[in-house]
Amino acid sequence: MRPRRLLTPWVLLAPALAVALIFHIVPFFRTVQLSFTDFRLASGGEYIGLENFGALASSDVFWLSAGNTLLYVIVVVPLLVMLPLFLAMLVQPKIPGIAFFRASFYTPVIASMVVVGLIWVFLLREQGPVNWLLQTLKVVQGPLPFLTDATLLLLSCMLVTVWKGLGFYMVIYLTALANVPGELHEAAQVDGAGGVRRFWSVTLPSVRPTMLLVGVLSAIAAMKVYAEIFVIAGETAGPGGQVRSLVFTIREVGSGFDGQVGYAAAMSLVLFVFTIGLTVALQKLSRENEEA
Amino acid sequence: MSIIDTNTVPAEATAAEVPTREPRRLRKRKLTPAGLAKRSLHYLVLAGVLVLLVGPFVFTLGTSLKGPADSVFSYPPYFIPRDPTLDNFSKVADVIPVGQFIWNSLIVATVSTVTNILFGSMAGFALARLRFRGNMTAYLLFLATLVIPFEVIFISVFLTSKQMGLVDTLAGVILPTAVTGFSILLFRSAFLSLPRAIDEAAVLDGATEFQRYWRVSMPSVTGTMAVVGIFSFMFAWDDFLWPQIVLTSQQNYTLTVGLQFLAGAFADDQKVVAAGTMIAVIPLIIVFFLAQKWFFRGAGEGAVKG
Repeated sequence: MRPRRLLTPWVLLAPALAVALIFHIVPFFRTVQLSFTDFRLASGGEYIGLENFGALASSDVFWLSAGNTLLYVIVVVPLLVMLPLFLAMLVQPKIPGIAFFRASFYTPVIASMVVVGLIWVFLLREQGPVNWLLQTLKVVQGPLPFLTDATLLLLSCMLVTVWKGLGFYMVIYLTALANVPGELHEAAQVDGAGGVRRFWSVTLPSVRPTMLLVGVLSAIAAMKVYAEIFVIAGETAGPGGQVRSLVFTIREVGSGFDGQVGYAAAMSLVLFVFTIGLTVALQKLSRENEEA
Repeated sequence: MSIIDTNTVPAEATAAEVPTREPRRLRKRKLTPAGLAKRSLHYLVLAGVLVLLVGPFVFTLGTSLKGPADSVFSYPPYFIPRDPTLDNFSKVADVIPVGQFIWNSLIVATVSTVTNILFGSMAGFALARLRFRGNMTAYLLFLATLVIPFEVIFISVFLTSKQMGLVDTLAGVILPTAVTGFSILLFRSAFLSLPRAIDEAAVLDGATEFQRYWRVSMPSVTGTMAVVGIFSFMFAWDDFLWPQIVLTSQQNYTLTVGLQFLAGAFADDQKVVAAGTMIAVIPLIIVFFLAQKWFFRGAGEGAVKG
C-alpha cells in the first residue's frame, strides 16, 4: 500500500511533467546554450562566446525588428486597455438582446489570426471598402496605400491586432465589472454624480487591478506579434523587408534548410528579457500609481 | 453612461414611481421618454459596434458567394451577390486539398482538447489534492512554462522535434501544447476550491487516489473542463506559427497554414480567398454560438476561481 501511494502523484503528474520538461524547460536552457554558438541546422557549429550578441548589436535588421516590436506595444496596449472596458460597460446592462451582442462582439476572437488577417487584407485594398468609406466621408482625397506603404502596413497590422483583441479583453472586464458592488453606483447617484463622474470615481478605481492584468497580457501578446505581420505584410515583410517583428525575424533567420539557429537563439533571449522586463516595469508602474 | 444593475433603481424611473417590488417588470413596461431615448441611443451604439466587429465577416461571406458577373471592388461596395454561386468554394477544393486540411486541423484540435482535459486535470488534481514531497517543485515548474513564451523557444523545440522524428507529423504539432501550464493551473485552482469533505468521505470509504480523482473530483469541475476544452480547441484550430514551422509537406498542413498558402496562390481572386476563410471560420462560429452559454458562464467561473 505505502509504496503505491508514494508513486500515485507522480503517475498522475507524469504526462504533464514530460511535456513541460521536454518541450518547454529543456528547450529554454538549450536556447541559452545555443545563443553562445554559431550552430546551423544543416552544418552544425561550435562555441563562439558572445559573438552572436555583438552581431545583433550591429545588425540593422535586428534593430528594425526590435523597434517595430516596441512601437507595436506602445500603440496597441493603451488601446487594448481602454476600448474593451468601454465595450464591457456597453454590454453589461441586462437589457433585451444583450446576450446576442456580447457573443457577436466575441466573434473576431474565435476566428484565427490568419482568417482575420486575410479578411482585412481584402478590406484594406486600394479599391477596397475601407478606402471607399474614407473617401466618401472626405477624410482623404485619394485611396490610402494601406498594403504597400511600410508605415501604413505596420499600422494596419496594429489595427487588426486591436480589432481581434477587443472581445477577449471585454470578457475579462465583464467579470471585473460584475464584482463592482451595485451600492457604490447607487450611492454616487444619490449624491448627484453624473455618468462621467461615476465612471471616474466608481468604475475606474474598481477595475484598476483588471486594467493592470489586461495591460500585462496585451503587452506580452504584442511582444510576440507574428501571424498578423506574416499574413498582412507577407513573407518578405513588406516593401524593403521593413515590416517585421522580433518573432518574424527569429523565424526567418532560424528556420529553413540551413537556419542560423545559434543567432536566432540569441535574438530569442533578447525577446525573453524584453518580455520579462516589460512585465516587471508595468507592475512597478501600477504599484507606484496606487501609492500616489 | 448606462450602467444599470437589476438590483439598483433604474436611472430612468422617476421619483414618483420608484419601483419597490418588481423593478424588472416595471422597467420593461414603462420607460419614461428620457429613458426611452437613452435606451435607443444604447442600442444604436451597440449596432454600430456590431457593424464594426461582425461586418467584415458578413462582407467576406457575401464576397465568397459572388459570381463571375459580380464585381468585388466596386464604388460603392455591396455585399449581397447579384449573381450568387457556390463555385468559389469548389474552386478552393480544386486548388488545395481543403478536406485534408480540415481533417488535419480536426485531429490536432480534438486530440489537443482531450489531452489538455485529461492530463491537465490529472496534474491539477495531484497538485491540489495530494500531499507528497516535490509538490511545490512541480507547481513551480508548470508556472515556469507559463513565464517562458513559446515564441522564445520554438527554434529549440524544433531541434528537439527533429531529433525525436516529429517534424512533418501531426504529433509534432500537438505535443508541445498537449497539456499547457494554463490548463494545469486552471484545474489546480478548481480542485483547490472543492470542499475537503467530499474527499475525506471517499478516503473513509477506502477509495484509492485514482478513484478520488476520477469518480469524486472530476464530476465536480465540469465548468473548468468546458473552459479548458473550448480554449484548447480554439487555440489548436487557430494556431499558425508552430504548425507553419513543423509541417513541411502540403498534405500535412493544418487549415491555417493551408489557407495562407491558398492566399499566396490566389492573391488575385478575392472571391476564392474569401471562400477559403469562410470554410475555416464558419464551423468555429457555429460551435461557439451553440456553446455560448457554457462559455461565458465557464469563463466567469474560471476567472473567479483562478
